Amino acid sequence: MEDTKVILLVEDNPDDEALTLRALKKNNIKNDVVVARDGVEALDYLFGTGKYAGRDTALIPQVVLLDLKLPKMEGLEVLRRVRTDKRTKLLPVVILTSSNEDEDRIAGYGLGANSYVRKPVDFNQFLDAARHLGLYWLVLNEAPPARRS
Amino acid sequence: MLVSGAALLMACAALVAYDLVSFRESMAHNLAIQAQIAGSNSVSALLFNDPHSAETTLSALKAAPNIIAAAIYTQDGSRFATFSRDAGPQTTNILPSISPGQNDAYQFRDGQLALIHTIVFRGKMTGGVYIVSDLSEMTRRLKRYAGIAAMVLLASLLAALLVGSIFQRAVAEPIVNLAETARIVSRDRNYALRGTPTGKLDEPDILIAAFNEMLEQIQERDQALRAAHEELEQRVHERTAQLATANKELEAFSYSVSHDLRAPLRSIDGFSLALLEDYGERLDAEGKDHLQRIRAATQRMGMLIDDLLNLSRMTRAEIRKEVVDLSALAHSVITALREAQPERHIECRIEDRLEANADPRLVQVIFENLFGNAWKFTSKRDVALVEFGETRHNGNSAYFVRDNGAGFDSAYSNRLFGAFQRLHGAAEFPGTGIGLATVQRIIHRHGGEVWAEGAVEKGATIYFTL
Repeated sequence: MEDTKVILLVEDNPDDEALTLRALKKNNIKNDVVVARDGVEALDYLFGTGKYAGRDTALIPQVVLLDLKLPKMEGLEVLRRVRTDKRTKLLPVVILTSSNEDEDRIAGYGLGANSYVRKPVDFNQFLDAARHLGLYWLVLNEAPPARRS
Repeated sequence: MLVSGAALLMACAALVAYDLVSFRESMAHNLAIQAQIAGSNSVSALLFNDPHSAETTLSALKAAPNIIAAAIYTQDGSRFATFSRDAGPQTTNILPSISPGQNDAYQFRDGQLALIHTIVFRGKMTGGVYIVSDLSEMTRRLKRYAGIAAMVLLASLLAALLVGSIFQRAVAEPIVNLAETARIVSRDRNYALRGTPTGKLDEPDILIAAFNEMLEQIQERDQALRAAHEELEQRVHERTAQLATANKELEAFSYSVSHDLRAPLRSIDGFSLALLEDYGERLDAEGKDHLQRIRAATQRMGMLIDDLLNLSRMTRAEIRKEVVDLSALAHSVITALREAQPERHIECRIEDRLEANADPRLVQVIFENLFGNAWKFTSKRDVALVEFGETRHNGNSAYFVRDNGAGFDSAYSNRLFGAFQRLHGAAEFPGTGIGLATVQRIIHRHGGEVWAEGAVEKGATIYFTL
C-alpha cells in the first residue's frame, strides 16, 4: 500500500514546518506527514525507540525530509545513523536545508543522501521544489522493497 | 733553500775571482821587485862584464821557490847570465823587447808568469832581466780558497736548512694547519671548528686568532639568524593558527548567516504569500500591495544574503588553477543569459581561442557577473552589444568585457568594486552591488588586476588580468 506511506519531516522550526506542510498540500501530496523536531526524535521514530517505542518499524517512511541544523543531534549525524542501520540503509533521504555551503552538500552526499534541496526564501520557489520532490520521491521513485522482519 | 744556495755560491765565486785577480797583481808586483833587485845587483857585473858575478846574484833567487828560471841580458839583448831551478834552459837567448818608455812587462802564459825588467843605470839602459815564475802558489791558493768557499757554502746551507726547518715549524706548519682547517670549514660548513693557536704571539698566531674570531662571528651570526628564523616560524605558526581560528569563526558565522538569517525571511515570505492566497479577497488593493512589497523586500534580502555569502566564499575558496578556455566559457555564460531572456536581442562578439591559467569555477563566477552586468546595463539599448576579447596593458595580456549600455560616471570608477556600491538606482537597474566586488576578490586572489573605463550612456569596459 504505497499511498499510506508516511513522509517523515525532520524540522525544528515551526514556521518552516508549517510552510513545508503547506507546500506539500498545495502540491496535492496527500501522504501523512510525521514531524520530528530534533534528530533524536527522528531516530526514535525510525527505530521504534523513545516516545515511539513499540512502533512497527517495518513501516518505513516513503521519504525523509531532513533539515541539517537540528537540536540534540545534527542532521548529518542522523543521516549517518540511518545509513549504518540495515533497517533504514536504503531509506530515501532528502536533505532540505537553508545551507548552501559546499561542505554540507559534500558531506550530505558523502553520507548517502539521495537528494539535496536548498530551501529558497521565495515561497513560490519553495513550492516548485516541493512539487519536484513530491513528483520524484513519491510518484516516480521506486521505493526499496519493504524490509521483511 | 735553492735561492739562498745559489746566492751563496755566487758570492763565493765573486770573492774567489776578486782574490784571484788581486793575487795575480801582487804576484806580478813581487816578481817585479825581485827582478829589480836582481837587476840592480847585476849592474856592476854588467858594467865590468863579469857574468860569473851576475850568475851568483841570480842564484840568490833560489830562495824564492816560485822562480823557475831567470836570465840577465846585456844592453844589446844577448844573454849574459842564467839561472834555472831545474837543469835545462828555461830562458830565451835574446831578451824579448818591450814597449819603449816602460821598465817592466809581464805575461801569464802556460801556467807561468814571465816578467821582463830593463836595468837602468844613471838614466841609461844597461841591460835586462827576464824572470819566470810558476803559478803553483796561486793554484794552491785557489784550491785553498775553493775549499774554504765549499766549506762555507756547506755550512751556510746546513745553517739555512736548520733555520728553514725552525722557520717551517714556527710559520709554515701553523699556516698549513690553518689552511686545512679553512678547507674543512668551507667543505663541511662546520663553523664550530677552530684553528689551533701556536701560543707564541707571532704572526701565524695572530692570523689564527683572527681566523678563529671570524669563525666565532659567523657562528654567532648563524645562531642569530637561526633564532630569528625560528622566531619568525613560530610567529607564522601563531598567525596561521590565529588565521585558521578566524577563518573557522568566519565559516561558522557564514553558516549561521546562511542558515539562521534566511529562516525568518522564509517565514515572512511564506506567510505573506499564504495571506495573499488564503485571505486575498478580504484585502483591498493597498493591503495586497503592502504584502507584495513585504515579499519583494524579503526576497531582495535573501538575495543580498546569498551574494554576501558568495563573496565571502570567493575569499575563502582554495584556488585550483588549470588552463581555462575563456572563449568557450564566455559562450556558455552568454548562452545561459540568452536562455533566461530569449526576448532580448544582443550582439555578442567573443574573441576565439582565448585561454588563461585560472580556477575554472571562479572564472565562471567572474564571467557570470561581468556578462550579467553587460546584459543588465544594455537592457535599454535598441542594439545591444557585448564584447569579450584580449588586449595589451603595460606589456601584459589583459582581457576585457565591453558593452554599449548605460555606462557610468568615470569619477566614481573606484567605487565600482566596493561591496554594496551601486551607481544606479534599484528601480533603474536591479542588483545588490556585490557582483563587481566579488569579481575583484576573485581576480586579486589570482594575483591579477581589474579596472574599469566608461562614461555615462557610453557603455562600460571592465579590464582584468589573471
